[in-house]
Amino acid sequence: MMEDTATRAQASWFQATARQRIDGLLDPGSFTEFLGPAERVQSPHLALFDLPAAFDDGVVIGRGTLDGKGVLLAAQEGQFMGGTFGEVSGAKIVGLLRAARDAAGGGNGKDDLPRAVLLLLDSGGVRLQEANAGELAVAEVMRAVVEARSNGVAVVALVGGKSGAFGGAGLTAATCSRIVVSEEGRIGVSGPEVIETNKGVEEFDAANKALVWSVVGGKNRRLIGGADAFAADTMSGFREAAIAVLGKVPPFDLKTLKAEQARLAGRHSKLGGCDDAVGMWKVLGIKNPPAVRDMDEDAFTGIADRLKEANHDAR
Amino acid sequence: MTLDEVLKGLFPGGHDVKTSKDGWITGHGKRRDGGPIAVIGVANGVPLGAAGVLPLAEHVLGVVEKGGDTPILVLVDTEGQLMARREEMIGLNEYLAHLAKCLLLASQHGHRTVGLEYGRASAGAFLATALATDSLVGLPGAEPAVMDLPSMARVTKLPEDKLKELAKTTPVFAPGLDHLAQTGAVAEIWDPAKPLDGQLEAALRNAGQKDVRDQLGAERKGRPAAAKVARQVIAAATGQTHDAAAA
Repeated sequence: MMEDTATRAQASWFQATARQRIDGLLDPGSFTEFLGPAERVQSPHLALFDLPAAFDDGVVIGRGTLDGKGVLLAAQEGQFMGGTFGEVSGAKIVGLLRAARDAAGGGNGKDDLPRAVLLLLDSGGVRLQEANAGELAVAEVMRAVVEARSNGVAVVALVGGKSGAFGGAGLTAATCSRIVVSEEGRIGVSGPEVIETNKGVEEFDAANKALVWSVVGGKNRRLIGGADAFAADTMSGFREAAIAVLGKVPPFDLKTLKAEQARLAGRHSKLGGCDDAVGMWKVLGIKNPPAVRDMDEDAFTGIADRLKEANHDAR
Repeated sequence: MTLDEVLKGLFPGGHDVKTSKDGWITGHGKRRDGGPIAVIGVANGVPLGAAGVLPLAEHVLGVVEKGGDTPILVLVDTEGQLMARREEMIGLNEYLAHLAKCLLLASQHGHRTVGLEYGRASAGAFLATALATDSLVGLPGAEPAVMDLPSMARVTKLPEDKLKELAKTTPVFAPGLDHLAQTGAVAEIWDPAKPLDGQLEAALRNAGQKDVRDQLGAERKGRPAAAKVARQVIAAATGQTHDAAAA
């Protein structure tokens, strides 16, 4: 049972399960799960498709502490149905965010729920077998994120799993107060395979791994300001980054969204004409942009943390 | 119904709603009581990309900045998010989420927001527009879909015929306005034979800040579990608080 703590802290986030990530992220032994597998809150729809259900429907939710401070947490299991938003898996996240919102807003008379929610996203988006319910769950999650943020709750997305954060998960990430990403973390709307299938290989060659990483990978997201912190692909990497970003989050108000409007309009006019990621990084002022790909974390973080576009409160 | 027909029906008192050559709709219409309603949207089924989000979001932020309680109507006919490598490269997810956030901000500031689905809609573009409003209504003939059945057949590896058969018994995955209404996404399907302006006023009266779509989905039996699960989570989270307080 007693694993070597140092080894565990260095374990890969990318390779880990949702439950392993929770263990590695939070203070040891601090996690309490809500609606755990014993309660068998599972999808009522997968049987229609002759697919096996999971007792947690691929989402683990609960509360614990991070660096001594309380947090609520939802973790998607990317290895079950691609971490997708289904009716139940989505509703678990919605309920968690609504609980945080109500507590912070005084709505349910509870004021001792944590004012921070961590979303460990690892999801290809909506679960197609439950497409309508899943899409709607994402819409409800986005609305609940905004309502929680408006009541002063910090909502942080952590992205570094095998399924990345695509479709509704990509939009959910960008609705949060802050986004933490690792090099392996991919964030987008349409995945490379989907674009290749629909628009052809000349539009996006999904088999070209280097191209895929440069477009949707964590380094590009961090450099253009699509993520606020870059984490090493380890439990301690995500832990440290999450603690750091929770220190200061942008409020959800008109000023923030006007700043985001200016930021995104500025990005579009500045980078919209670039044909590839290296071209964008050059426009951003990076001296040797092709070197970004093989840069280690320290060197990369050193560059990203000094870049104007990458460091903002406009989210 | 065409966009022109829809606008004429919605605003017999007049409007200055314009559609750009790219298909972005912005402007204002005159309500029955003479007051203004802001209008944004996507026309002609065009896909929504980063460039399209910017003028729409700007229009919404302008309404919020001006203050008051001017409502906002979102007209939706889009094939979905723009699928292109460059769009992904510059962070389309942030652009689409930004538009949704602007609409949600407007709602929090007291501007009622209503989405009107009159053509196509799917996936990420649906989340950024219609599904970010207080209340979504649809006109018969609208074809909202998270994904079309042939693509779904490819991904789920089930024959299209089997999916069509399944769609008859469960609204949870199949494309279409009726199915989305059953799951609670679409509050109401309008009657095109009746005056649209009156139906718009009714929709504005029914639109509220509280998200009731999961309850609606439960009542209509299209989404049996969502509302219950969300309530169970809240109870568990606050019950946990009780225990901690007692300990």
